[in-house]
Amino acid sequence: MLHFPWLIPLLPVLAFAALAIFGGRMSRRTQSLIGAAPCGAAAVLALATAVSFMAVPPAGHASDFTLWIWFHIGTFAPRIALYLDPLSVIMVLVVTCVGFLILLYSTWFMRGDEGYRRFFAYMNLFIASMLLLVLADDFLFLLVGWEGVGLSSFLLIGFWYRERANAAAARKAFIVTRVGDTALLVGLLLIFTRLGSLNIQTAMGAAQHQWAQGAAVATAAALLVMGGAIGKSAQLPLQTWLPDAMAGPTPVSALIHAATMVTAGVYLIARTHVLFDLSPTARLVVAVIGAVTLLYAGLSALAQNDIKRVLAYSTISQVGYMFLALGVGAWSAAIFHFLTHAFFKALLFLAAGLVIKAMGEEHDIRKMGGLRRDLPVVFWLFVIGAAALSALPLVTAGYYSKDLIIDQALTAQHGSIWLWLAGTIGALITSLYAFRLVFLVFFGERRGGPAVGLFSRRALAPLFVLAFGSIVAGWIQLPALWGGWTWFTNFLAPALPLPAARHVAFSGAAASVILALVSLAGIYLAYLFFGRQPAAGRALAARPGFRRVEAAALGGWGFDRFYDAAFVRPFLWAAHHGKGDVIDRAVSGIAWVAAALGRGLRLTQSGRLRYYLAAAALGIVVFVAVGVLR
Amino acid sequence: MTVLFFVAAAVAVIATGMVITTRKAIHALLYLVISFLALALVFYVLGAPFVAALEVIIYAGAIMVLFLFALMLIDPGRADEAREREWMRPRAWIIPSVLTAALLFELIYVMARGGVPGGLASGAAKAIDAAAQVKAVGISLFGPYLLGVELASVLLLAGLVAAHRLTQGLDRPEEEDAAPAEDTWRRVRRAGRRGGGI
Amino acid sequence: MSAISPVYGLGLAGVLFVLGLLGVLARRNLIFILASIEVMLNAAGLAFIAAGARFGQADGQVMFLFILAMAAAEVAVGLALALRIRRRFHTLDVDDLRKLRD
Repeated sequence: MLHFPWLIPLLPVLAFAALAIFGGRMSRRTQSLIGAAPCGAAAVLALATAVSFMAVPPAGHASDFTLWIWFHIGTFAPRIALYLDPLSVIMVLVVTCVGFLILLYSTWFMRGDEGYRRFFAYMNLFIASMLLLVLADDFLFLLVGWEGVGLSSFLLIGFWYRERANAAAARKAFIVTRVGDTALLVGLLLIFTRLGSLNIQTAMGAAQHQWAQGAAVATAAALLVMGGAIGKSAQLPLQTWLPDAMAGPTPVSALIHAATMVTAGVYLIARTHVLFDLSPTARLVVAVIGAVTLLYAGLSALAQNDIKRVLAYSTISQVGYMFLALGVGAWSAAIFHFLTHAFFKALLFLAAGLVIKAMGEEHDIRKMGGLRRDLPVVFWLFVIGAAALSALPLVTAGYYSKDLIIDQALTAQHGSIWLWLAGTIGALITSLYAFRLVFLVFFGERRGGPAVGLFSRRALAPLFVLAFGSIVAGWIQLPALWGGWTWFTNFLAPALPLPAARHVAFSGAAASVILALVSLAGIYLAYLFFGRQPAAGRALAARPGFRRVEAAALGGWGFDRFYDAAFVRPFLWAAHHGKGDVIDRAVSGIAWVAAALGRGLRLTQSGRLRYYLAAAALGIVVFVAVGVLR
Repeated sequence: MTVLFFVAAAVAVIATGMVITTRKAIHALLYLVISFLALALVFYVLGAPFVAALEVIIYAGAIMVLFLFALMLIDPGRADEAREREWMRPRAWIIPSVLTAALLFELIYVMARGGVPGGLASGAAKAIDAAAQVKAVGISLFGPYLLGVELASVLLLAGLVAAHRLTQGLDRPEEEDAAPAEDTWRRVRRAGRRGGGI
Repeated sequence: MSAISPVYGLGLAGVLFVLGLLGVLARRNLIFILASIEVMLNAAGLAFIAAGARFGQADGQVMFLFILAMAAAEVAVGLALALRIRRRFHTLDVDDLRKLRD
């Protein structure tokens, strides 16, 4: 299987092409089949690849497979090549497996939609682009996948394009991530001009040799690459697009904006970790951004009333955790959290989708309540996801991955107690908002309409698989306190080295315990405020200062307003006033002259015969005069 | 001869002047006949008796008669004459007079200058024998200009057909702005659309 | 026979032509315009005759013959049109006929 890695991205590409070109002529059944099955086959192939990779690792724990040379310009000859190493194997596995589950769910979820075929075409395009992104051996090729996921995201957010708001959200997503993409491009240019190659491995190796520790050029390159990452991964300050991206269909939110695309930035930084190793400044920036983002997003999630927006901010927050891990050099911890997050976040989104459908497209959790009785299966699945999100100790995968991050934040060489504190407080906030959601939606008296819970097996089966993953996926890496089995980090070690440890005041074991306590405390607080005694929560909410804080959190702490005032309005003003500029006048002036000539010439067409003759006579007089007087 | 020429020329010019200035159409046509007759005399003086005869027979005799018949059918009444006076105010003559005067001036100027080298005004006339001229014309018509003769006859045929067709429905009172009658073109199109014959 | 210099003939032709042109430009009645056109044609023919006399060739007269034939055809068609117009628009005013432009 290692010899045909190109089959894995090829299948979704073919599915996209088939649906785009012939899809109109297919029956709904065929569309579903072509929409979902190739991804499933790709998932199987990915599993086979992973198994064979683990069983018989290739030399150097990496194999690269060149398909062809893209073009030649002088000595620059980027190759279309796929690179298989532990990191890309994990990424491919997650993308294809979670992708297939979501596609299966979508065959039921989107069944009534008239854009069904378009949906599956775009989803396959996305999956293909994401696979190319993670398998790419060359930055240029990676950019192809990078742009592809950006495009698919745009198309899918604005899927129901007839609503103005959806199109606006799609545009916003694209433009904000574009800001990051520009930084990435500049960074790649820097890498190319200084290191001479855009092949990832070659460039990283060259960087290691040529750039000194802490060199300004390394910092610049790292920060620019990070710029691209924070755009795609919706970290501060480019996070404003993700909450609005919930305008897209729920499976889109699950796949793109939870499990995979937003983690592309994490993948990028992990791949270029050499640059960040060389630049402590950049690494610090990444960690700080991660820490601040996770707190910011967690607090915002606490105030949201739309079920999907809570999950969106939650995603921003969890990706913040991954950035935190990257920032302290714990690359594999970030990937571990990515793995578990993919499972439980997808589960949460898909379950939320079922809730929304059952409530007749209602998104507001203030209008839900007591759904535990009406949708029991969904309830339990949702609770599993929320528990994993809250890092419920021992039984959920989320605990193990979050624990690893927090542990590394404390004990890694570049960690600090502040980062650890941020992570731990963030965990409290996380379980608080996660179970606020659970209690408000599923417990208490019913505030909304009846819930109709008739779901197909196709919809529920993926949720069961994801729930299973949310529980067991953590057991591949246990913290020291509980056995210290480091299978996962060992597997990734050839690609992502482990950070060195430092001596700390208190050990990682204590940190694990504290995390467990914090997680349970958050659940209990949520129970207090939102579960058993919603009165207590309401009393707190009635305090005057609280309202302002809540409003601020609801609006994402003013980022949108600021961007609107600082960038959007000036731009629109300039565009409006630039409309009648010189060039524009020159061009329309040409049109005006033509029209004026026409108007003028029209006057000669008076239809009066004698005038025509007079003109002819005049002409004759003139010509004869010219001839005579010569 | 010279005197004859100048007298005939003067008559022609005066008659033509009356043609373009008179109010009544019938008078204009009659003046035109006089003009043509005078011109026939000029042709004769210039050594082209055959053409002089043709001018009288065909131009004055046939073409002008055709004009007269047409005028008779048009039947201008008193109202028309009144209108003509109204139309012929001096003001209307200014620009045409200027243009035509300019043209005439140019012509005179060229001729006074001695004309184009080798051209009409440049030398004395050749002496010709009138009878021989007529014979030469006849031979030309059957020889070098045969094609021209045939073409002229085709032209006359075209004129004949056109005149016939154009005046076809004239004795019937015409309806004002009626829906266009079913003419041949429409009939052909309709038949063609049906796929059948006309 | 031809003691007259053909130049005078040409001069006469010019004067007649100009007079005809004047008539075409200044009159509004269609009949008068047609008559003036006849005058112009005639003047042109006279010019040809004068040329033939100058060079002693028969071609001038042959040309006049052709002009004659053409004038006949043109008069026939022109008058038929005039009759038609008179019947349709009840006027022979050329300026009124500018409606035909459309």
